[in-house]
Amino acid sequence: MLIKKVFKLKNLRYVFFLFIYSCIENAPLDSLSPEGPYARSIDELFWITFWIAVVIFAIVQGALLFSVFVYKEKPDSPEPKQIHGNTKLEIIWTVIPVLILAAIAVPTVRTIFDLAREPENALKIEVIGHQWWFEYKYPDYGITTANVLVIPADRPVRLEMWSNDVLHNYWVPKLNGKRYLVPGQTTYLNLHADSPNEFWAQCGEYCGLSHSKMRGRVLSLSEEDFAAWVKNEQKDATAFSSDDLSLAAEGQQVYLNAGCTQCHVINGVWDVQGDRIAPNLTHFAIRNVFAGAALKNNPENLTKWLANPAEIKPGTFMPNLELTESEINALIAYLETLK
Amino acid sequence: MTKIIKPGKQSSIFRRPSSETGIWSWITTVDHKRIGIMYGYAAFFFLLIGGLEALVLRIQLSQPDNNFLTAAEYNAMFTMHGTTMIFLAIMPISAAFFNYLLPLQIGARDVAFPRLNALSFWIFIFGGAFLYSTFIFGTAGAPEGGYLSEEVGWLGSAPNGGWFGYQPNAGMKYSPGTAMDYWAIGLQILGIASLISAFNFITTIINMRTKGMRFMRMPVFTWMTFAVSFLLAFSLPIIAIALFYVTFDRKFGTTFFLTEGGGDPILWQHLFWLFGHPEVYILILPAFGIVSEVLPTFSRKPLFGYAAIVFAGFGIAFIGFGVWAHHMFASAISPVAQAGFGLSTMVIAVPTGVKIFNWLGTIWGGKLKLNTPMLFSLGFIGMFVIGGLSGVTHSVVPADTQQTDTYYVVAHFHYVLFGGALFGIFSGLYYWFPKVWGKMYNETLGKLHFWTMLIGFNLTFGPMHWLGLQGQVRRTWVYAEETNLQFWNIVVTIGAFIIAVSIIIFMINWIFSKRKGEKAPFDPWDARTIEWTIPSPTPEWNFSKAPEVKALDDFWHAKYEEDDEGRAVRKESAEQLLIELEEEGLNPTENIVLPNPSYFPIVLASGLPFLGYAVIYKSIPLALIGSLLLLIGSFGWGTEPLEEEVEDEEDNNEEYLDNV
Repeated sequence: MLIKKVFKLKNLRYVFFLFIYSCIENAPLDSLSPEGPYARSIDELFWITFWIAVVIFAIVQGALLFSVFVYKEKPDSPEPKQIHGNTKLEIIWTVIPVLILAAIAVPTVRTIFDLAREPENALKIEVIGHQWWFEYKYPDYGITTANVLVIPADRPVRLEMWSNDVLHNYWVPKLNGKRYLVPGQTTYLNLHADSPNEFWAQCGEYCGLSHSKMRGRVLSLSEEDFAAWVKNEQKDATAFSSDDLSLAAEGQQVYLNAGCTQCHVINGVWDVQGDRIAPNLTHFAIRNVFAGAALKNNPENLTKWLANPAEIKPGTFMPNLELTESEINALIAYLETLK
Repeated sequence: MTKIIKPGKQSSIFRRPSSETGIWSWITTVDHKRIGIMYGYAAFFFLLIGGLEALVLRIQLSQPDNNFLTAAEYNAMFTMHGTTMIFLAIMPISAAFFNYLLPLQIGARDVAFPRLNALSFWIFIFGGAFLYSTFIFGTAGAPEGGYLSEEVGWLGSAPNGGWFGYQPNAGMKYSPGTAMDYWAIGLQILGIASLISAFNFITTIINMRTKGMRFMRMPVFTWMTFAVSFLLAFSLPIIAIALFYVTFDRKFGTTFFLTEGGGDPILWQHLFWLFGHPEVYILILPAFGIVSEVLPTFSRKPLFGYAAIVFAGFGIAFIGFGVWAHHMFASAISPVAQAGFGLSTMVIAVPTGVKIFNWLGTIWGGKLKLNTPMLFSLGFIGMFVIGGLSGVTHSVVPADTQQTDTYYVVAHFHYVLFGGALFGIFSGLYYWFPKVWGKMYNETLGKLHFWTMLIGFNLTFGPMHWLGLQGQVRRTWVYAEETNLQFWNIVVTIGAFIIAVSIIIFMINWIFSKRKGEKAPFDPWDARTIEWTIPSPTPEWNFSKAPEVKALDDFWHAKYEEDDEGRAVRKESAEQLLIELEEEGLNPTENIVLPNPSYFPIVLASGLPFLGYAVIYKSIPLALIGSLLLLIGSFGWGTEPLEEEVEDEEDNNEEYLDNV
């Protein structure tokens, strides 16, 4: 009775509606709405497999439900025939799945090798995983940045990735599948966006306390915009002179004296050779997110973050510097000048 | 009066325990049935704990950016949920079935090594207790140099590196404190328990089958026990070595998996999944066995393609060792390796499909009795197929790089391990309930349990498919509101609580039926295999005399013959046969020798946690205590008197019987 009710056509429509509802939502990490050739080739492969699976699903569940309804014990059911097997049938249902799988295997293997190949004319970008943020370096342009990966929309990008600490997993669902970042080993991933847009990234591999907040953004820009962005990034920040009395200049003093320079770099203000453990802040103000892309870049969030970073990202390596309210305000004013 | 022969005068310094009731009789028992029951209850206890951990996780995820749990607590909870469900719930519940049923299905009096069997159980208990003592003694914290804004608390001081313990995150630098040591050493201890029982079952199946019980006449459940035992024997040594490496890395400064010392974190993944994938089949094959017993019984038809099902089981077990890297498609393995492991993963779908089609062939054209065990077995097929098909989508490597590490995978393996293994286990619990307790369970409550569990299960794990495809990563303490994932997360949480309700219904049914259930008839299901030829509850001596088996499904053939059309016809002699069997089963006419209880399995097992603590705290005194217990245990084990030889010392026996 219950089953019959559930499977009434009218009710099925609701079930289907719910499913559709789940699919049309605007989910920024949706892996089923590809916006680049790599993700699209994966998507096509997925749907081929999906529909084959749906057919097999329907056959098996159909046979199961059919048996339950038709062969259910009734007062007048005769004792069943004692059938021990049927070699012909068993061979058939061994061979048919083999053929189906072979049909799936061919495009699978082809796509594996397609995705691994280094694209021509690709821009090389280094991705370095840290607990819990992604660092990006552009060796061709001498740029170091964090959290927001900026790519040209008109050409593919080849990411060369490694980790500074534990395993991470770089994932921009709308552009490609995932790839590990491994300490002591270089891995590669290709990205290519159809058009200028913003995409979400997320660390896939469990990497400790703030794994869930290790996120990112990918910004694909048109040719001119990208060139302009590169040019801007290559510029150093302008240091305020020590007799400047503005709030931002005061913030620079806080930055220099409170200990921020132990871990951070702002080119032109506090240059150091080699890598530091925290994000390069030279053009902090033009990134729309910070703190591993866990927070939107606005004064309110910055206040929360600077007051106690570990409350936002448990386990973070940024200490609570016990800054006063006025120091925080000055620092925020300064950070906003880093365009 | 029954004639159970107990040992006569004892000459050794150690006397064998003699309690037959009360707590000591359970502690010292070597009876496979009692050990099976204890395994079952202990595993169910851990299943409840693992379930509570899951509910806590679901409360946290019911809202975006929730702060019901701290990150440390959340990470500890999902680590312990996975570890508990796999190593302390599903594996030992399967062990409970093996223990109770294996000797009965092959017509043996006990397993080959009864004391080893008890040892295996007690090591499991001490291993589980050791692992869970982390909530009291364990410590965890931020990675070296990192900051926390609040105390970790007792809930967060459990292991937090995931049940997979990926390196180097689970190493000392990134997971300081002792919690992950409890995890590594706890699993090591539990592994010993499983290894011991694996060899015990292999020996039992090879050597102790009753007359006429040829391999190709064994029930499929026994076959699957056999396959699982081999899987355990070959896969556990791999994880044992890997766990030793981890413990050495963490405690003694080696660098097997640490890049800075020339080690390789990916090596851990290879070792872990080389164990971990066969482990999946260790969890699911027992359920395959149970379902292969239940479906024919309630379809009143023989299993369709018995040989195919048996060999498919072994095929799965064998290929299961060649697919491990499909857990690592996102790591940097080469395209050739990706293609190879993708193809081998597709191949394993073939024998799995054979099983499913053969089960469908079994119910097709049958006369289906839709009682609780049958419903769970049918539910098993329906749910397992979904898990199997989503598994095939993982073998499509590029697609898997989108799915891996998301809730899609969580959905997949819960359809396999919950919709598959656990549904099969519940089917078996209801099916053999009358055999174990001599009572009938309540059918109405049983069906209510099934339907609530089926609905709750699908509400919980169905939406996880699209949650994962829409970008919800695994092990995520929080998710941002902008990801638009909240709606289905609420549905999932509601589903999880419906499952909790269904488990409560199951417990009520179990407790109520065990106390006040109707007395079970001699052959309640009109069953097929020889464990139903003995009275319920099973007498202490199992079979009053060794049965002789003439065919596959021997008991069925004793009751039924086929007419010209091939339909089953009950023999006239069947009723008489049942009466005789019951009479005979309760009143053995020949002397029966049962293995004697022993104190030493528990003594020996109790040494292991001390050795574990000794490594964690680098304590010589604890190491000495542990070693001493091991030594006393083994010495006593070796020197306690054996049971008397019946033939040779008849006088002694008569004297004993006179004393009784």
